[in-house]
Amino acid sequence: MPSLGADMTDGTLLEWLVHPGDPVHHGDIVAVVDTDKAAIDVECFADGVVQDLVVEPGDRVPVGTVLATIADAAPPPTAPPAGAASPAAVRAPAPPPTGDGGEPSPVLSPLVRRLAAARHVDLAALHGSGPGARIMRIDVERAATAPTRVRSTPLARRLARELRVDLTSVPTAADGVVHAGQVRHAADTVARGAPSAPVAAAAAADRTAAMRTTIAALMARSKREIPHYYLTESVDLAAAMAWLRECNRRLPVTRRIVPAALLLKASALAARQVPQLNGFWGEHGFVPGGGVHVGVAVSLRGGGLVAPAIHDADQLDLAALMDRMRDLVTRSRGGRLRGSEMADPTITVSNVGEQGSESILGVIYPPQVALVGFGRIADRPWAVDGLIGVRPIVRVTLAADHRATDGAVGSRFLDRIARLMQKPEEL
Amino acid sequence: MAEITYREALREALRDALRRDERVFLMGEDVGRYGGAFGVSLGLLEEFGPERIRDTPLSESAFVGAGIGAAMNGMRPVVEIMTVNFSLLALDQIMNNAATLRHMSAGQCGVPLVIRMTTGGGRQLAAQHSHSLEGWYAHIPGLRIAAPATLADARGMLWTALQDPDPVLVFEHGSLYNTSGDLPDDAGPTDLDRARIRRAGRDVTIVTYGGTLGKTLTAAEELADSGVDAEVIDLRVLRPIDDVTVMESVARTHRALIVDEGWRSGSLAAEITTRIVEQAFYELDAPVGRVCSAEVPLPYAQHLEAAALPQPAGIVRAAGELVGAS
Amino acid sequence: MTAGTQPVVQSATRPAAPADPRVELLRQMVRVRRFEERCVQLYSAAKIRGFMHLYIGEEAVAVGAIGALSADDAIVSTYREHGHALVRGVSAEAVTAEMFGRVTGCSRGRGGSMHLFDIGRRFYGGNAIVAGGLPLAVGLALADRMRGRSAVTACFFGDGAVAEGEFHECMNLAALWRLPVLFCCENNRYAMGTALERTHAVTDLAARAGSYGMPSAAVDGMDVLAVRAAALDAVASVRGGHGPFFLELRTYRFRAHSMYDPDRYRDKAEIARWKRRDPIDRLLKQLTDGGAVDAAAVAAMEAAVAAEIDAAVAAADAAPVEDVADLTRFLLAEQRTRHG
Repeated sequence: MPSLGADMTDGTLLEWLVHPGDPVHHGDIVAVVDTDKAAIDVECFADGVVQDLVVEPGDRVPVGTVLATIADAAPPPTAPPAGAASPAAVRAPAPPPTGDGGEPSPVLSPLVRRLAAARHVDLAALHGSGPGARIMRIDVERAATAPTRVRSTPLARRLARELRVDLTSVPTAADGVVHAGQVRHAADTVARGAPSAPVAAAAAADRTAAMRTTIAALMARSKREIPHYYLTESVDLAAAMAWLRECNRRLPVTRRIVPAALLLKASALAARQVPQLNGFWGEHGFVPGGGVHVGVAVSLRGGGLVAPAIHDADQLDLAALMDRMRDLVTRSRGGRLRGSEMADPTITVSNVGEQGSESILGVIYPPQVALVGFGRIADRPWAVDGLIGVRPIVRVTLAADHRATDGAVGSRFLDRIARLMQKPEEL
Repeated sequence: MAEITYREALREALRDALRRDERVFLMGEDVGRYGGAFGVSLGLLEEFGPERIRDTPLSESAFVGAGIGAAMNGMRPVVEIMTVNFSLLALDQIMNNAATLRHMSAGQCGVPLVIRMTTGGGRQLAAQHSHSLEGWYAHIPGLRIAAPATLADARGMLWTALQDPDPVLVFEHGSLYNTSGDLPDDAGPTDLDRARIRRAGRDVTIVTYGGTLGKTLTAAEELADSGVDAEVIDLRVLRPIDDVTVMESVARTHRALIVDEGWRSGSLAAEITTRIVEQAFYELDAPVGRVCSAEVPLPYAQHLEAAALPQPAGIVRAAGELVGAS
Repeated sequence: MTAGTQPVVQSATRPAAPADPRVELLRQMVRVRRFEERCVQLYSAAKIRGFMHLYIGEEAVAVGAIGALSADDAIVSTYREHGHALVRGVSAEAVTAEMFGRVTGCSRGRGGSMHLFDIGRRFYGGNAIVAGGLPLAVGLALADRMRGRSAVTACFFGDGAVAEGEFHECMNLAALWRLPVLFCCENNRYAMGTALERTHAVTDLAARAGSYGMPSAAVDGMDVLAVRAAALDAVASVRGGHGPFFLELRTYRFRAHSMYDPDRYRDKAEIARWKRRDPIDRLLKQLTDGGAVDAAAVAAMEAAVAAEIDAAVAAADAAPVEDVADLTRFLLAEQRTRHG
């Protein structure tokens, strides 16, 4: 099949004008082919005798396909192909790209698929970190917890990297965008060690040092300015733990709820019910919080501490709260917190966790007025209805600002937590 | 120093070139007896004669193409096209021959031709004499595009263009011919490579060329009164664009505004914006801004035309927004 | 010559002589014909791509007209210019390599079939814009005149170009300035697929030159001797300072407009009729009848031409391609004086 134009890839043989045995000469029209444009005559480039008509009328064949063979006029041992078109002219398709690690692998584990579905992650948009660029669980989780984008100028982003300022913690300008000026200001504030300075870091050592400075300033201010009072309550968690076990039995591993989430929810509800502890101490006295935004103290792996907020924690169900907690911990440790999370907790909860101490008497984050502490949950002898039993007990403490409240309010708060924990199904 | 108009500076450049190089000749509609549609070549016919100051028929394609042929064959023609709108009648020759012959012949021939033409609006000449199409020409590889905005460049670019082994198109904004100022008596050739900073500033880079340079400088003074220190860059050469000068400035000011009398869509302003985004993205502290002509054929009525063209007030406003936001 | 239409010039028959110059005219026509026949084959085999326009049938025009020029004269051609290039002396190898896209091509693979250049031979290229080459020819001639040279610029174009504005602008300008341009209109009767009489109010193209005060002649373009005689006269007129000259060369292409043209607009009988006037057959008959060549001489000529083409194709096939790193080379001059 001759090529009759650069855009011709194949053609349909319409008609043979010669038959086997016919003598043909250079320049003779031997066939008619149909291209996309028109019926075109096919001419012969050799002298000889038609031997075989290889392609039947009606057949559509690629350019370069042998249409017929022509033998020399003299009795022929060899049969050169019609025209110069030879099968060699047909280009083989390009081989598919080899998977050398550059291309995403289509191999997806069931775990990855399920996680992606549950957390609404678009797998096609992910770059796998596994062998052969395979998408791993961690890739999905990273994508799921990627922070909301802060609108910022390219220069602001570059400066934030260079000055090790967490863009998500920088307030925007009037146009809702973080410009270079805001980043420089934030960097200056950190350098001065001002307590409101939000910190995150690219380099761990610098981050730790900067964070230490911030914590030092903040805690010193707290102890200098806030007259703390402390209350302690031991709470029986038998009902809560039993309910949780039952509840978790029905949930996949990744969705299971930890006791800390229950305690957090109870604290949030208690804060709503005792609003004198949920808010800020300012120049003109106590200002109640606009919602219950519970700061969750997260200790960082390299040292240091942050306490970003879970907004409206009192209104979240346990599953959602659990998600937020995980998300916050991941992002805190990745240095990717949002400015608003850092700025506006109305009360802070500090949970030492399963490896921690029996109880914690915390230092309030100014300008908040209360900090709730949960010690390690431990089985202890416990008197119930005149009998001694072994119960899982947690020591709940309250550190509160005496300028804002007195011990009675604090007691009421702890009592609410204790009661709430007895009816976990209502949390 | 002598007080001189832009028109006179162009004429001096032509006179100088005609005197210095016998291969140079001027051809175009009404360049001889009439003295040039805008009076640029007045008196040259008398001085150099009809062989070198050639009045042509109204045949843009023929005389531009003849300029190409003559340039290929050892001459250094200067072809004047009355306005950029008329140059479209010669677009075939400019695009299909002037810009391609060297490459198509693998370097066997070149076209050392200079084509001058008037561009731009502001003179109530309506929709067939007022457009700024230099951006179209700046799209074409194989051409060098110059836009003299100052007296020094009006005087100095022609000779440099005539030394260029490739075609150079020189766009003279119609509003500039009567502008005047002092030019040193020994003013000589100016380069066709670099942009120039016409006003140094710290807060925002304003890139412009040709007829809008004056408006932009006016706007810059107004901005200075409100505390915004604008840097004004005169591109001078629209192809190839001097990226270095633009990017260095943006790296200092972190904000860029392009003022271009062409239409916004697919414009030179769009090209410069893209280059800034490509090359200076991490220097930007605000989106790149543009002030271009309204996307209509330029109307006749003075108030409509003024509203369609970039004006100092609009430049001040756009620059202020870029700076004010941060 | 005077302005206006001249009668079709008939060829003069001359007595055969041992070194009959007509044999060389025959050889040139055969060379162009066989070269292009090979091009068809190479195109069908996808060795040549892009648009390719064949000159088969029109050989007498290039051979007769270009043979009337001197080496100092310039030529501006069209996209159907294989014949012009070959007759001017561009080697078959350089033309083949160009169509193969090789670095040894006469435009280093940047031009292809439609843009063959050889400035050393004053061959200013195949121009693929109909009438686009006419202004160049006017300018080349203007420069020669201004520099005091006696060169003539021959500008080839087809009947289609006569409908373009550029044609009329250039006829006027060349006549106005009395420039040394030989306008060679290859009237093959079709502007691609549209017949002359369907697009021109006046189909006597030579007559139209008269409206510019330009001398002209209409010639049988299927008769190489007639073309040569007319071209010699025209070149003498132009070189003599009488301004441009318009030659209308009435010819016919035997093949379609380009390789991908189904040729539906021409009657097969019309093509057959014109093929009976094949310029090669016509001269061959004259030469054999007159005893200037015999069958053996023709066979030897064919063999030599075939060998030249075989060698050209083999060399082009073996030639390297341009380095892609040089893609943007030759866009602008490599040396440029800086100022300021």
